[in-house]
Amino acid sequence: MSDQITFTIDGVEVKAKPGQTIMQAADEAGIYIPRLCYLPELTAHGSCRVCTVIVNGKPQTACTQPVAEGMIVENDTPELLEHRRNLVDMLFVEGNHLCMFCERSGNCELQAMAYRLGILAPKYPYFYPDKPLDSTHKDIFLELNRCILCGRCVNASADIDGKGVFGFVGRSIDKKIAVNSDKNLGDTNMAVTDKAASVCPVGSINKKGTAFKIPYGQRLYDQKPIGSDIENKK
Amino acid sequence: MIESLQSEVKQICKSCGNDRTKMMDIVRGVQEKFGQVSSEAMNLIAKSVNCHRVEVESVVSFYAFLSKKPKGKIVIRLCNDVIDKMAGLAPVADAFKKELGIDFGQTTPDGKITLEYTPCIGMCDQAPAALVNDEIITYLSSDKVRELVADLRKHYNPDKIIHRLGDGNNASELVHSCVHNGIRKKGRVIFSEYKEEAGLKNALAVSPVEVINEVKNARLRGRGGAGFPTGMKWQFTRAAEGTKKYILCNADEGEPGTFKDRVILTERADMLFEGMTIGGYAIGAETGILYLRAEYAYLRKLLEKVLKERRDKNLLGNNILGKKGFNFDITIQMGAGAYICGEETSLISSCEGLRGDPKTRPPFPAQKGYMGNPSAVNNVETLCCVARILEMGAGWFAEIGSKGSPSTKLLSVSGDCRLPGVYEFPFGIKVSDLLKEVGAEDAQAVLIGGPSGQIIGPNDYKRTICYDDLATGGAVVVFGPERDMVKIAAEYMDFFVEESCGYCTPCRVGNVLLKKYLDKILDGKGEPTDLDFLKSLGESIKITSRCGLGQTSPNPVLTTLKNFRSSYESKVKPATDGFQPTFDIKKALAEHESIAKRKSVIYTE
Amino acid sequence: MAKPKIATASLAGCFGCHMSILDIDERILKLIELVDFDKSPINDFKEFTGRCAIGLIEGGCANEDNVHVLRDFRKHCDILISVGDCAINGDIPALRNNIPLKECLEEAYLNGPSVYNPEKTIPNDKELPLCLDRVYPCHEVVKIDYFLPGCPANAEIIWQALVALLTNKPLELPYEMIKYD
Repeated sequence: MSDQITFTIDGVEVKAKPGQTIMQAADEAGIYIPRLCYLPELTAHGSCRVCTVIVNGKPQTACTQPVAEGMIVENDTPELLEHRRNLVDMLFVEGNHLCMFCERSGNCELQAMAYRLGILAPKYPYFYPDKPLDSTHKDIFLELNRCILCGRCVNASADIDGKGVFGFVGRSIDKKIAVNSDKNLGDTNMAVTDKAASVCPVGSINKKGTAFKIPYGQRLYDQKPIGSDIENKK
Repeated sequence: MIESLQSEVKQICKSCGNDRTKMMDIVRGVQEKFGQVSSEAMNLIAKSVNCHRVEVESVVSFYAFLSKKPKGKIVIRLCNDVIDKMAGLAPVADAFKKELGIDFGQTTPDGKITLEYTPCIGMCDQAPAALVNDEIITYLSSDKVRELVADLRKHYNPDKIIHRLGDGNNASELVHSCVHNGIRKKGRVIFSEYKEEAGLKNALAVSPVEVINEVKNARLRGRGGAGFPTGMKWQFTRAAEGTKKYILCNADEGEPGTFKDRVILTERADMLFEGMTIGGYAIGAETGILYLRAEYAYLRKLLEKVLKERRDKNLLGNNILGKKGFNFDITIQMGAGAYICGEETSLISSCEGLRGDPKTRPPFPAQKGYMGNPSAVNNVETLCCVARILEMGAGWFAEIGSKGSPSTKLLSVSGDCRLPGVYEFPFGIKVSDLLKEVGAEDAQAVLIGGPSGQIIGPNDYKRTICYDDLATGGAVVVFGPERDMVKIAAEYMDFFVEESCGYCTPCRVGNVLLKKYLDKILDGKGEPTDLDFLKSLGESIKITSRCGLGQTSPNPVLTTLKNFRSSYESKVKPATDGFQPTFDIKKALAEHESIAKRKSVIYTE
Repeated sequence: MAKPKIATASLAGCFGCHMSILDIDERILKLIELVDFDKSPINDFKEFTGRCAIGLIEGGCANEDNVHVLRDFRKHCDILISVGDCAINGDIPALRNNIPLKECLEEAYLNGPSVYNPEKTIPNDKELPLCLDRVYPCHEVVKIDYFLPGCPANAEIIWQALVALLTNKPLELPYEMIKYD
């Protein structure tokens, strides 16, 4: 087996190592594939579907699909842009994403993705779901109104913290994050130093006392779109 | 009570070896015993099997037949599939509500009977139908409901509600059910006479690789709908690295309108287990798992008996039929009410004692399946075909049917036709010929392959049922001239909304949106632009969903939009005043008008 | 040629987006060269005087008067723009969307920690508009042509949008200008 794989993304030749996913190879090559649930240090969850690319004519998620020699990947196409906008719109109407008072605003990956995709307002009707806020933990609060079910906290707590504080319960549109207790987050062994406390892409898992420290204009995505760090590698 | 819960739960866990991967059996056992898996029970289970409590809750909350809240000793689950609605569900539902004095989703005040809806239970040819715990009641009418409820109130024993027995093995003591097989046409492969164990003997006389080659030569493709070549699947599984391998049989047919596996399980269990055993030999597995949908629990005793007989005859067990070193046995894994578990990786998740979420692919089950071991997941009918191929030879098998699609296919036909039931036809049959056969010459539309397949109109009746044209897992649903196809599409979307596992965004959220827009159109508030909207949204769900369920879930909408466009167009009109037709000011004001005890002076009518 | 007219309204909002309109600073003089203001809190015109090219809507619909005004805007304006998050998604007022109206009224007028209401009455004069069952984004009540997000929508995005529309140029918003907060 050769120790290098060559394939193309939107016609650009990309070199990769065997066993890498399209996402990993693209990141190294400075090509940004939009994503929400993916975080390099965690097992790919493949749930948001924003990183859907067309591989040899078939849709696949870049975060889970291994590279193969000669693979032809389409990423930045008008069709995929439309699908990605639709997915981000879905996530916005599914929850209660009221950015103006959200602690993560400006540093939120969902919001930043919407900015990057040029979304001014979602095209779908809002669901206005009734979701709880859990502030029982002394250092962390859990705001399910903003959860996008990316699974990062579930994987981080289980695989990195070795705790299993979070899990998914329910199914279909009622699927949600639950904590490992018959009561609340405050009754679990979650610690603010846990990896799971720092992986949430949105304002669902928040560390108390850290909000609004960075002034407007200097936050992560105020000036440069999400993904710029990857694109700057090129 | 708490002590009894504690000891009972501990006992149930112990009987499952305190094995976390047996979670399905554990929570099913607790549910059966206590009518719920309470919060306290979840804590106890987690402690016994040494897992996190949230893992138990994630399983319990996933499956429709499990519940955290208490349910009655008797649970009546009325099937609300499209077919049942067409067959007169509404008066039956009303009769249940009236007789029990409760609404759906409720339990009688004495805590004894719970009434629920459930999606397709595989009885479309004898709809309306319901489950009373594990028992099946078919051809329901309001009169029958009255009798049933009166009967139940006398003894609260579901075993005693079956007064008339069905045909074949349905009448056997172990099944004791009123279900009719409804075999309308016997073909040469599944329902004709077969020589028991001839296939298995032939298989054991040659090497596993030769068995796989035989299956390949027969060009057998999966009968569940996806049509993957079975021989190739087995070859991959056999070749995959791993000491333990598994063959799993998917008996979770949940596609609305499909019930052919029900008949195989009732009448051809031996043939199925023979096929599984051959499969086990071919891929090098020692264990087979039959994943049986909870709705078919009434067949379990029969299947267990067949398995026992096979063990007694050394058709299962060690050194099967004297073949040294070939050890193989089959266990039954019960489901708990989740359509998604018919998806092969979800089925594996469920067998592992997890929520029925599909797994990330790759790796495919052939590489890493059940418990991380190479596994082949095959449809019930596929495995029966295997037994026949090994009995009669690949040549015999491949000669039947059409060129690209050898052999026969079982079709479950229901809906607006005179002769619903199970038909075994050679592949390549024209839709128009099928419609003539089932007594549905006036069909306005036919759903081929269940809601995840396609809904076609008369222009397509000259097309043929086969892998290269109209592929199907077996469901054929006929819609007569009176049916509103937009309404039908909306009702199928209800099904997908309910059955989505919720893992990925497009299927979880997108299907709810599709349904909202269909309702808007059916409500007379749709506009022509909504049709483009449905198409764009449907395409996004199709392209970006994670598994086969999501990728096919918009099909009822997309195929009716294409084939019954005029039905949509006749329901939409442009709003000329720029107001949103969906906004109902009177409805929006009703609450405050009632609180304030005054009427709006702006919006007076 | 007569100048095109624009109208503005604040529905269930905080007037913050109207502050943003004023926040275009001295460019307001330029705006006056381009347009005349029709019905708007800025000039306190209570009724439309005629057809308008553009209507700017701040705030969502929380009561019957909001609906009435919004529909009136739709009737009189060629282009209707939702300005700010309240118009687009209800924002803060929509926090009541999962709380029954009766509870909201009781909390506001009877039970809230800072309420002083010795007569224990919930205002119910016939002049008071009735509340809707929940807060609706504007585009769920009438057709909306453009959306300018932000809380408030910032002056720059409002200015750019108005100039583009009034001069018939495509609306191109730089990345830094799209903000939901």
